[in-house]
Amino acid sequence: MSTVPSSRQRAESRRPDASPSRPESADVSREIRPAPPRYRNEIGKFGVHRGPQCEACGRCVETCRHGVHVRPEGYLHVMRPYDYRCIGPACGDTGSYCIDACPQGALKLSVNPVSETMGDCRWTPDLLLSTWAMAETGRPPGNHLESEVGASGGGFDRLRFRFPDAPPPGLSREDISTKLLLNRRGDSRPRIEIDIPWYGGGMSFGSTNIRALLGKARVAKAFNGFTCTGEGGYPERFLPYKDHVITQVATGLFGVREETIQRAPIVEFKYAQGAKPGLGGHLLGDKNTPSVAAMRETVQGVSLFSPFPFHSVYSVEDHQKHLDWIAHVNPRALLSAKVSTPADVDMVAVGIYYAGGHIVHLDGSYGGTGAAPNVAKKNIAMPIEYAIGRVHQFLVDEGIRDKITVIASGGIRTPADVAKAIAMGADGCVIGTAELVALSCIRCTACESGRGCARGIATTDDELLEMVDVEWCTQRLVNLYGAWREMLVDLLFRLGLDSVSALRGRIDLLSHLDYENEA
Amino acid sequence: MPAKYVIHHKATKPRFRPIGKLGIVEWREDCSSCHNCVKRDCVYRLYRDEADTLRDEVGYLDYIYQCKGCLNCVQNCTKNILTRVVNPEFRRLGDAYYTPDLILSTWYQAETGKIPVSGAGYGGPFSGPGFDSMWTDMSEIVRPTRDGIHGREYISTSVDIGRKLPHLEFENGRLKVDPPPLAEIPLPVIFDRIPPHWKRGAVTAAVAAAAAEVGTLAILDEADLRDSGVSVRGRAIPFLTAPSAATANTAEAATVVMIPDRPDAMAVQAALKREHPARIVAIRIPAGPDVAGRVAELAGDGADAIQLTFDSHGKELGAVQPRHMRDVLRETHTTLVRKGIRDEVTLIASGGIAAAEHVAKAILCGADMVAIEVPLILALECRLCGECERGQQCPIALEEIDAGFGARRIVNLMAAWHSQLLEMLGAMGIREVRRLRGETGRCMFFEDLERETFGRWFGKRRTDS
Repeated sequence: MSTVPSSRQRAESRRPDASPSRPESADVSREIRPAPPRYRNEIGKFGVHRGPQCEACGRCVETCRHGVHVRPEGYLHVMRPYDYRCIGPACGDTGSYCIDACPQGALKLSVNPVSETMGDCRWTPDLLLSTWAMAETGRPPGNHLESEVGASGGGFDRLRFRFPDAPPPGLSREDISTKLLLNRRGDSRPRIEIDIPWYGGGMSFGSTNIRALLGKARVAKAFNGFTCTGEGGYPERFLPYKDHVITQVATGLFGVREETIQRAPIVEFKYAQGAKPGLGGHLLGDKNTPSVAAMRETVQGVSLFSPFPFHSVYSVEDHQKHLDWIAHVNPRALLSAKVSTPADVDMVAVGIYYAGGHIVHLDGSYGGTGAAPNVAKKNIAMPIEYAIGRVHQFLVDEGIRDKITVIASGGIRTPADVAKAIAMGADGCVIGTAELVALSCIRCTACESGRGCARGIATTDDELLEMVDVEWCTQRLVNLYGAWREMLVDLLFRLGLDSVSALRGRIDLLSHLDYENEA
Repeated sequence: MPAKYVIHHKATKPRFRPIGKLGIVEWREDCSSCHNCVKRDCVYRLYRDEADTLRDEVGYLDYIYQCKGCLNCVQNCTKNILTRVVNPEFRRLGDAYYTPDLILSTWYQAETGKIPVSGAGYGGPFSGPGFDSMWTDMSEIVRPTRDGIHGREYISTSVDIGRKLPHLEFENGRLKVDPPPLAEIPLPVIFDRIPPHWKRGAVTAAVAAAAAEVGTLAILDEADLRDSGVSVRGRAIPFLTAPSAATANTAEAATVVMIPDRPDAMAVQAALKREHPARIVAIRIPAGPDVAGRVAELAGDGADAIQLTFDSHGKELGAVQPRHMRDVLRETHTTLVRKGIRDEVTLIASGGIAAAEHVAKAILCGADMVAIEVPLILALECRLCGECERGQQCPIALEEIDAGFGARRIVNLMAAWHSQLLEMLGAMGIREVRRLRGETGRCMFFEDLERETFGRWFGKRRTDS
């Protein structure tokens, strides 16, 4: 026997995450616990300013029910207001309005000017703030924030639900099912069902902080859902959660090995992604640190391209060959194909079914988390809102709608978006940006610059990695998922439906603000 | 296979501090001068020179250009004395069409020659007027997509100006007809006439030099040709307002000349061609409501090339409810196709081409190529403040610009546009830009998608009425 280590052994020995310095517990609870923001001055919609007239009488502490004014036990002075929790002028009618309660008139309420500089048409300041509130508290964010729609002026943002006058008698929130079945083919593979109708999107090791990725994997385990490796290899630290991790096979084939295919309950082929449809992936050289290079078995500091498309797939038959390959390597895996939204997306979906796919994952053009050319983000391929109905109807017409699971992603920001996508014909959704926002991403969109994300989320820089820890990421995501589920159940209750699967294709429950709604 | 066409870019810093979007404002009187100041931790190291720049107000403004708005300093300051603001000057930039973001993006491309890249998905409006109500297509599997800028395959962006024959004729195995002259340019973008208020200093020379380097053509007025000393042997299209023997001499060496549309345009074209049979004549038409008919008439009579000019926002001229060039180009293209003469004439669209995506979209709508003017001036740092039109001093001293510097900035912009065009063509699976023309099957229009999706479910669209 040779004593020379094999190439695989060499790769194993230099694998960066083989011995984590702080191993986390593999057990994850779905329990909601406070996960306060990690910055000293959290941003809210309103600012509360305490003037020098304050005599520290403590009336504000007694009055406020939102935790804005805090005086720790044994302290004389009230702390600087936690004004990010303030619900603003709407508080005036609730009897807990500190501004009126202060005998000295020392408190002033204003709109926080920073909040107005945040966000954009799709992720408005209110959507960012409400996502942060959900990630902190695990509860719906309250009426002072618009937490359902953005201001893009089209698609989800112009769709509204039509609620019946009263929910049917006997329906209770506890009985409403939010389960999503992923294998509808009725074949010999596992009939995987997840507890919530969404799962986490692929973000690669190399693009995103491993701690954030572990948070995603852990919340997937807590909610019996999934996260996806993206195209950056399968970090060993994912192993405790392997039943909830999808292995992605993309054109660069980074980290695709026999064992990473065999351990995955679902294997996802990424043909295209919504952020840059028709363009390959690109990891900038700066982000290709020694650990990333080791994981991807490449050279440190070199820009890594994932070409477009799969040069081994130029027909549906080639695609079938691809799926057959994985199906044989892992006889228990479900097969998913992630595609973007071209004009013929409906044909593509049908092709995926006939090639043997269990899941067709449509990634709309306005989504994405990683860096992409602006020209591609804005212009290439159609927004997801158009693709869902098209694919659903085509599959219905082909008589195979109930044989395949349709997943929508690319611009799913809120539980309302999830519900709208399902009402238009999807079975479930994949989310990405919402998870990052929960980890206090502010969408400054500078993910690619310099050392990577300045907020420590989409980075591989040793120093910036330290900005978050796994437990905090996990709890923020558990809280977000908990709040989303509660809001989704409430929505289903108001719609009078006993399960999320009953919502699928119920276009009659939607209306569009720009249409006559008479059809 | 010919060598790949590449536009070499070279970082060219602006002469004036650009106007940035975000800035940090500080309530310095509340600063406790603590030793763990958040400014030391700035990931982008913006504050590293503060000690020096504090004595110089320029320093503060630099933060406004460079700040990426990560909010780390704002959210970590122990005294909470930092606030992020949107620069009011930024909000005032440009107009509804040339938005502040578009102008910043153009500056970035002119400085670096690179494609603007950002993370976290698209944040803009769902759709908008004109070109913003179009999406280009891509292919997953069946019609193979190409590799774009990083690929090994060759994607051609060359186009031709000039008349083409409807078919070839042969006699005894030899070509019986003389094909008309064609001018091939490697990029479907030519440089339009510069409006008078921007013709300052070396601007014209910079534009002409950039055209020469990129290998494209610049439309120059006769006076500019005389005054700027630019050689027409370079890459100029002389614009002959009143063609005569004298002016034609100026343009003698030019491959392509341009004349304004006039009732006897075809006679003028014939006269110009009599002097030099190898000359290509382009006719410039303001795009009004009946432009499709006039283009069809000229094309039917044998015009080589026709330039349709729109206003700077891409709207047609002289109409009560002006349409966007998107619709006018589609109508014109379709008219020519129906008459069976589309391939014989070259259509150039100009006015309102503000970004790389507009090049691809205008060609999809039926143009062979585009001509640009405002982006050229934006590349030279123009802020579209309009002071020059009011006879006021230019805040970026356009009149002092160095021709070489200006040319570099424009070449950089074209390099970035070329890369973006390749990416869009690659995604569409189209290997040459000539085949993109009028190929509306490779794009999607807002009104069609709305009708097929929401129209089917919700009936009539309210804004249609």
